[in-house]
Amino acid sequence: MTTLDDTTRDTVLGIVDRLAHLEGALLPVLHAVQGALGYVPPEAVPVLADRMNLSRAEVHGVISFYHWFRSTPPGRHTMHLCRAEACQSMNARGLEAHAKARLGAAFHETTANGAFSLEPVYCLGNCALAPAMMIDGQLYGRVTPQRFDAVVAAWETR
Amino acid sequence: MAAASAPLTVYVPRDSSALSVGADEVAVAIAGEAARVGGDVTVVRNGSRGMYWLEPLVEVVTPAGRRAYGPVQPADAEGLVAAWRRDGAHPLDLGLTESLPYLKGQERLTFARVGITDPVSLDDYLAHGGYRGLERALTLSGEAIIKEVTDSGLRGRGGAAFPTGIKWKTVLDQPVERKYVTCNADEGDSGTFSDRMVMEGDPFVLIEGMTIAGIAVGATRGYIYLRVEYPHARVALLEAIEAATTAGYLGADVRGSGKAFHLELRIAAGAYICGEETSMLESLEGKRGEVRVRPPLPAIEGLFGAPTIVNNVISLASVPIILDRGAAHYRDFGMGRSRGTLPFQLAGNIKQGGLVEKAFGLTLRELLYEYGGGSASGRPIRAVQVGGPLGAYVPESDFDTPLDYEKFTEIGALLGHGGVVVFDDTVDMAQMARYAMEFCAIESCGKCTPCRIGSTRGVEVVDRIVAGENREPNMALLEELCDTMLNGSLCGLGGLTPYPVQSALKHFRADFEGVRPPSQRDSRS
Repeated sequence: MTTLDDTTRDTVLGIVDRLAHLEGALLPVLHAVQGALGYVPPEAVPVLADRMNLSRAEVHGVISFYHWFRSTPPGRHTMHLCRAEACQSMNARGLEAHAKARLGAAFHETTANGAFSLEPVYCLGNCALAPAMMIDGQLYGRVTPQRFDAVVAAWETR
Repeated sequence: MAAASAPLTVYVPRDSSALSVGADEVAVAIAGEAARVGGDVTVVRNGSRGMYWLEPLVEVVTPAGRRAYGPVQPADAEGLVAAWRRDGAHPLDLGLTESLPYLKGQERLTFARVGITDPVSLDDYLAHGGYRGLERALTLSGEAIIKEVTDSGLRGRGGAAFPTGIKWKTVLDQPVERKYVTCNADEGDSGTFSDRMVMEGDPFVLIEGMTIAGIAVGATRGYIYLRVEYPHARVALLEAIEAATTAGYLGADVRGSGKAFHLELRIAAGAYICGEETSMLESLEGKRGEVRVRPPLPAIEGLFGAPTIVNNVISLASVPIILDRGAAHYRDFGMGRSRGTLPFQLAGNIKQGGLVEKAFGLTLRELLYEYGGGSASGRPIRAVQVGGPLGAYVPESDFDTPLDYEKFTEIGALLGHGGVVVFDDTVDMAQMARYAMEFCAIESCGKCTPCRIGSTRGVEVVDRIVAGENREPNMALLEELCDTMLNGSLCGLGGLTPYPVQSALKHFRADFEGVRPPSQRDSRS
């Protein structure tokens, strides 16, 4: 495994030093690392483990347990498409097929132009305005295939 | 209704569902139009009233009360601002908000302020009866506070419906210094959004409820475990926690009582299982969210081994009004052993989706048709999943069941968190059963075998049944597998996934046998 470059290493260690005093600090630390870098690089695992007095297995085990944490860089935007029941009742399955075809990417993949990483999500709490999706924290409801295309076009160039 | 120059107060929700259909753009357009015509307009960002089919729902203050308009698009701003400077008449005018039938029939106790106040304004909270529950609690002993909660009949609103007061008493009785209050805000069930609405629309009521819990049991530290998929709730909670801390409602000396209560927001990381209480505690400790074997109960050995209250958002948010108005006021709502109100959430294929807080006892049919107005597609409602992804699918023949914990148990279903997801007659129930198993496989923490392996085998068996492969023996196998998961799993994920599967098998068997008319099978792919 390669090692982190010095700047990234400083970023990661800075985060640990800022948050390590919290009870059960690992999740807040991982959120902060992913917030700063876009993902949690595998090379950061030994750095985190060493500084937090945990084993590498413990750190890796936590990262791999939670769907939110990713170990590869995301596209410029992350799109979460809801697959849960309320959205399914309003044609989320059809929307999912449309989205994958429009983006040319499956779940957990990034589009060829690097604009979107497509992720499944199981409920965004927008169940009365289904189907729903979220792009970089911005929520969309009543997403028809037409609306999907319009939203994607607006984000694609950003 | 207003002289051309009279100041106007306009409400545009900041609720994320309202934002999902353009509320921010509407707020900007209204403020812009007001500036253009030189009007004195204040735009307040409130929570949602919970009538989502009308969002973005804009309200303007009139002498008779708040008047609603919706659904509003940015292009409507010019016409609306002009209308408000005349008599208020406009094609989107819905009349006075409080007189809308959807709201008028509700009994909003927990949601008393949601949609009405500015969620992050402590002054607004106080002006609408906020913190009266805490002020009273500070004059009572821990036992007396817990007696109020117990006497109110409040049961855990997260789904398990365990009496809240009894849980608190167990924590109170532990003779140790270090105790915690934790709020399970990992609302991951599809079809549920009442936690989100409270956190976005009235975060102080949750903070107040947790503070009362801490004072009652002698816990000085609390955590809200919030799902990462709720970034707007995060913002509202952080603002409210800061305001409450600054004003002395949180911190080392709550309102000069000499009692401490510190509250911290923690963000989850997208694992559904962390809505299970012991898994949530593991996650708060910075670990994989694997379910713990009980006993010990969290009330005895919870977070970091200390006695811990684990309550859902709605349970905690219902405590302030119980302390303020007294146990009897709350207990007088409801039926049987289901006391008080439940904020029902109407979701999915429903014409008028939203939040309906009512006393227990209303029937599912009343909720679906009198409030929901039937399906969104206009087709007949065929199945309704009540209580989230682990809840049973209820067929039309059971729609007259009263919404009550025990009555739902009698029909083999769960009331759970009060989420109601509606499907029309195009739904393929074999696919919904398959999805229930698939979801369990994706979200299983992996600790126990029935859940970890059973769910994957379940997907395969449903596939074989649908493909017509040894159908009858495979149907029997699926039943047997459900029985194993139900009785052999460590927690509710593996233990309740059979509910949607078995109910689909029982009530919608034709879908598994490939005998439904093609007209009902072709429109969802």
